[in-house]
Amino acid sequence: MAMTVHVDIVSAESEIFSGTAEMVFAPGAMGEVGILPRHAPLLTHLRPGEVRVKKTDGGEETFYVSGGILEIQPHVVTVLSDTALRAKDIDEAAALEAKQRAEQVLADKTSEFEYARAEKELAEAVAQLHALQRLRKKVGR
Amino acid sequence: MAVGKEIRTKIKSIKNTQKITRAMEMVAASKMRKAQDRMEASRPYSEKMRNVIGHLAHAHPEYKHPYMVEREAKRVGFIIISSDRGLCGGLNNNMLRASVIAMKEWNDKGIKIDLCTIGKKANAFFGRMGGRILAEKSGLGDAPQIADLIGVVKVMLDAYDKGELDRLYLVYNEFVNTMTQKPQTMQLLPIQAEPEEELKHHWDYLYEPEAKEVLDGVLMRYIESLVYQGVVENNACEQAARMVAMKSASDNAGDIIGELQLAYNKARQAAITQEISEIVGGAAAIQ
Repeated sequence: MAMTVHVDIVSAESEIFSGTAEMVFAPGAMGEVGILPRHAPLLTHLRPGEVRVKKTDGGEETFYVSGGILEIQPHVVTVLSDTALRAKDIDEAAALEAKQRAEQVLADKTSEFEYARAEKELAEAVAQLHALQRLRKKVGR
Repeated sequence: MAVGKEIRTKIKSIKNTQKITRAMEMVAASKMRKAQDRMEASRPYSEKMRNVIGHLAHAHPEYKHPYMVEREAKRVGFIIISSDRGLCGGLNNNMLRASVIAMKEWNDKGIKIDLCTIGKKANAFFGRMGGRILAEKSGLGDAPQIADLIGVVKVMLDAYDKGELDRLYLVYNEFVNTMTQKPQTMQLLPIQAEPEEELKHHWDYLYEPEAKEVLDGVLMRYIESLVYQGVVENNACEQAARMVAMKSASDNAGDIIGELQLAYNKARQAAITQEISEIVGGAAAIQ
């Protein structure tokens, strides 16, 4: 009986594959890696490419990943696949956009948070809701 | 018959409102189911991530990443997740209240706070109240994607890297069940590794290319996945809260319609009685 390794392929938004395999191929950052059972623990980035899983029944399944993380334990291989295309400048641009939006919000506003006012306003809103609930109960419906 | 004209128009207008609230209730119910599915679907990733982080924390790497090292808090960051829309009961209010309480605790110690808001409601609230917002994101819709969150998370992580923040918290609503949503405050950074299985032996991963680079990638994705989960969970909460709020609105509308109908019937009956008595009185006068 051939030795097997458990493979999990997941992305942040869903689970893609879970099962046992004889061998797994993945596009590591330093080159293609082939993983057999009892591989040494390894942690590496993935490049965009194909992850191939050689299953115990002889079949092979292929998954495309646009990057991510590959974690290897002697009996478990985990592929944490990205759903978004990642690159330093793309991330940078997204961060910049988020900052700009924040600046828009803050334009012509005081930068000190007014605790007393915030607490009062929230307490008021909560009190209103409570009062409504109590009123409903009193009416008996 | 002119009697109760105003009452009839009022009943009609309330019936129209009821139709709207009922439709919103049903829409929220179906969206909630989808949002719950999305919440379930995102779990395996963060579980696997947590496993890897757990291994890392116990693996005694030759390199300790700053995200895993506790340091003295001089400035604290909060990522606050709210919904984009209202009409969902006290959901956002409760969450904002929890975050203000958590923020006040730090403020009382003389520690400044930086904010990152996700969702229009949090954005509007802190925009109105003041506070240093570093990053903002809204309009995520019903199917948020991790790509939408990379920017805001990166702003906060960069601030942490530069030493401008020493702690990072996440505030969102936890989905307990359809009726209950609980505001949650969770510490994102530094990462708190759960004390699990005793250390049997010291080992470390092989890193390709280098420990620092790989760890940067892993930990960044970990934080992103936690924020994403918060967003998805908050979304499910929003739909559930809206469903409940709209259901009670429809019920209230029904009650009011019932009362108005009763008043209308009474008025009509009174008018008829009066007319009859007038006719009878008139007939008696002729004879």
